[in-house]
Amino acid sequence: MIRLEKRQQPSRAWSLATPLVAVMATMVMGGLLFAALGKPPIEAIRTIFWEPLFGEFSFYYRPQLLIKGAPLVLIAIGLSLGFKAGIWNIGAEGQYIIGALSGAGVGLAFYPLEAWYVFPLMVLVGALGGWLWAMIPAVLKTKFDTNEILVSLMLVYVAEQLLASMSLGLLKNPQGYGFPGSRNLQQYDSAHNAELIAGTGLHLGVVAALIAVIFAYILLNRHMLGFHIRLTGQAPRAARFAGVNPTRLVLFCLGMSGALAGLAGLFEVSGPAGVVSIDFNVGYGFTAIIVAFLGRLHPVGILLAGALMALTYIGGDIAQSKLGLPSAAIQVFQGMLLFFLLAFDLLTNFRIRFGTPETA
Amino acid sequence: MDLSAINPVLLIASLMVAATPILLAAIGELVVEKAGVLNLGVEGMMIIGAIAGFATAVESGSPTLGFVVAAAAGAALSLLFVFLTQVVLANQVASGLALTLFGLGLSALLGQSYVGVRPPEMAQIQLPVLSDLPFVGPILFSHDPVLYFGIALTAAVGAMLKFTRGGLILRAVGENHDAAHALGYKVVRIRILAILFGGACAGLGGAYISLIRVPQWTEGMTAGIGWIALALVVFASWKPWRALLGAYLFGGVTVMQLNLQAAGVAIPVEYLAMSPYLITILVLVILSADKSRAPAALGRIFHASR
Amino acid sequence: MKLKSLLATAAMTLGLATTGYAEDKTKVGFVYVGPVGDGGWTYEHDQGRKAVVAEFGDKVETVYVENVAEGPDSERVMTQMALDGADLIFTTSFGYMDPTINVAKKFPNVKFEHATGYKRADNVSTYSARFYEGRAVQGTIAGHMTKTNTIGYIGSFPIPEVIRGINSAYIHAKKVNPDVEFKIVWAFTWFDPAKEADAAKVLIEQGADVILQHTDSTAPQAAAQAAGNVVTFGQASDMAEYGPFPRVSSIIDDWAPYYIARTQAVIDGTWSSVDTWDGIGAGMVGIGEISDAVPADVKAEALALKEALASGEYHAFTGPLNKQDGSAWLADGETADDGTLAGMTFYVEGLDGDIPQ
Repeated sequence: MIRLEKRQQPSRAWSLATPLVAVMATMVMGGLLFAALGKPPIEAIRTIFWEPLFGEFSFYYRPQLLIKGAPLVLIAIGLSLGFKAGIWNIGAEGQYIIGALSGAGVGLAFYPLEAWYVFPLMVLVGALGGWLWAMIPAVLKTKFDTNEILVSLMLVYVAEQLLASMSLGLLKNPQGYGFPGSRNLQQYDSAHNAELIAGTGLHLGVVAALIAVIFAYILLNRHMLGFHIRLTGQAPRAARFAGVNPTRLVLFCLGMSGALAGLAGLFEVSGPAGVVSIDFNVGYGFTAIIVAFLGRLHPVGILLAGALMALTYIGGDIAQSKLGLPSAAIQVFQGMLLFFLLAFDLLTNFRIRFGTPETA
Repeated sequence: MDLSAINPVLLIASLMVAATPILLAAIGELVVEKAGVLNLGVEGMMIIGAIAGFATAVESGSPTLGFVVAAAAGAALSLLFVFLTQVVLANQVASGLALTLFGLGLSALLGQSYVGVRPPEMAQIQLPVLSDLPFVGPILFSHDPVLYFGIALTAAVGAMLKFTRGGLILRAVGENHDAAHALGYKVVRIRILAILFGGACAGLGGAYISLIRVPQWTEGMTAGIGWIALALVVFASWKPWRALLGAYLFGGVTVMQLNLQAAGVAIPVEYLAMSPYLITILVLVILSADKSRAPAALGRIFHASR
Repeated sequence: MKLKSLLATAAMTLGLATTGYAEDKTKVGFVYVGPVGDGGWTYEHDQGRKAVVAEFGDKVETVYVENVAEGPDSERVMTQMALDGADLIFTTSFGYMDPTINVAKKFPNVKFEHATGYKRADNVSTYSARFYEGRAVQGTIAGHMTKTNTIGYIGSFPIPEVIRGINSAYIHAKKVNPDVEFKIVWAFTWFDPAKEADAAKVLIEQGADVILQHTDSTAPQAAAQAAGNVVTFGQASDMAEYGPFPRVSSIIDDWAPYYIARTQAVIDGTWSSVDTWDGIGAGMVGIGEISDAVPADVKAEALALKEALASGEYHAFTGPLNKQDGSAWLADGETADDGTLAGMTFYVEGLDGDIPQ
């Protein structure tokens, strides 16, 4: 008889070891999957995990890890604050879109004026846009007790329609021969979120993501508000006795995650992406939810989880091209990785005991 | 503009079809959530049902068998969720998202050879006199059997939750799993059954899309309907008959906006396309005056430690 | 800036080096925006890739990456293909335009082919298909086939490509049937079979008995079949499984001849940057078999139009034509220039409703 016994304290050793064990297990299962598809398993695994980091062209892929990982981390940090307090914003995708739209809108309105204040203004408006979009579920929740999961999710679809409408209408490039999509902000110096050091992938979005990690760490560990967030998540009733104002907490958590998602959108549209187009959003807002959980809602964990997710995306694309793996196989592989991480997490919080319990 | 071109009878009949996959998946998820489990993997289970049902129907020539297999496939995928959340006690939100990611990928792999294939048709029920009745005929008596099954299932689940001992136990488990456990109910076993039921319903909903509503197989064809179903459960404040209402409302607004476009109503199209979501939010705000809350133990991990 | 150019040079040298190794084999890369199993746009591009493999066998190696988002992801995938020694890369979505140009700058020795765009460089060609020629043939058949004089049209997004198709279909339907009316529904999605099915049903309920679609799924075909008396046309692929009725003909994207020709040019060393906009004549736009559900005289008329379009003796946009607001566009006998067509954002006279902005 196998049974689980809850640990008094989560095991530190296991919490560090489980991600490694999970990655190993994924490699084995993934290898089997790839072999079943008739692809060389070891080669495929090597391509996904090794190639981007240490392969022949890693000088190119390493910076790409920053570009791909930064928006994920930035959004996930914001989400994790709310998740810790039991406030479920799953509409980060929408806030990301609105942040990009409003920020880029400001930049395009100034075109072709070259001035130092254009970009800071875009950043401000981008964050504000994401914040406002998240304030809709926040205010509805605090005023009418409306479920924030549903409202924030619905607003993703609204934001997507708005994005399509903007890239076909208001923000359409007047010199684009009628084709959809805005001017390319990469070609407008004042609005361009360029790499700080060329070729390193280090743009302001990456910097913002790192700052967010540090900020979240300090907030959660050293600040009263962080304590309130954790307390609300673990024991809502105790939190009320401790004087936590739930309304303010909802407004703060949703607003913060919205602003960070908006920032991520703004940095993406003004940097790596360049244009507002119908399909500008690529699901970062949803993937970030996974990243937040993979990182166990811990700032440093999220940083690592974001990097791991980015790695599987980049390595997965290389494997597609080099080995002809279908993109669906990569998706299944990512799903497996998640499954194993979640499954092995058990060892962190529980001890496995064999034999029958002493007291029945 | 020509509003007279919109035929209300046909509008209602087609919104019922549009609503059925959402309804099927939502009813399943409703039972899952009543048991205190939040499974965000509906989209993944739906698309697995869509391809499993489609492949079976094509290979066997029987859409009915397709639906049976789709339900089994949805339930089979939900077993993964069972393992993660009930056996190794992982976080439910993350497990559900993993299920969706996995399901979307797996369905695409399985479906590679079914792109562009035409499935066998499922006969509509034609009742000799009733189907020809004006107005009520097309609305009530000339649909496919699965649509009626969906409505029957809603009624059955509603009755089960309200009137039976099983429903009472399910709700007890969802409200306070520790108390239910103390009373001697097998919390984990009940939840596992609920999750499997949810998976089967999602699978059915997915197969309804690939076999009846569209019908064809393409990658990612559920296109977010699983998420709508999840939203619908909250919208319905965990009441089956409200889920039915909500599904029809959502399907209705979607079909209605297309009708308005075709009739040439001069409202900007993108705002019409947003309207189903905006109206859902609006109704949600109105409904939240009703204080029927979520199951208290929703999403919380149960471990029978003493 | 220095480091960037350094890295670019490093990348180039490496790119060159790998190309050197693979001298015997020409490597052709394809970047797809959707899954190869979408049964429509990407599926047809992948058919073109397979045709290249069938044509050249061991002389070429093809690689592809599917589901590549526009933006930085596409730029990375293209760079990766170039680094891995691709000689020729087809980028098959409009949104890949700026990324293609960016990557092409870094790899002057790799040839790029961008579909449906308008930016070219010394090593970047563009190519697109004159689908509107196929629409003209469809419009002719549709005008004859409709009994209710109402033709439904499912549009994806209001972009020039789609608007051009609507105009072309309308002009030619009107020509054979002056009473014809178009009902246009914008789905605002490239891909959502359920929504396409709903759109088709709505159009049918509102009296349309011919459905034209600019979305790629067969959902509208199935909806028409359920209705029983509605005519449809295949889009992107032949959709022959719905023939001979409701599907009476189709427009097929056939990229194979172009892909084979361009690969051959790279092998021969004769590749140069061009702007290709081919139609029925060059085989880039195929007209699927017109089924027997279409009366013989109509079929003959449609085939004659197809021939005239293919030989170039007739242009699908020939005056006299006015814009929707009644202002003159083309004088009698005048044909539309490619520039206007490429960026078409207006309806022709007779069409109802506004183009969503």
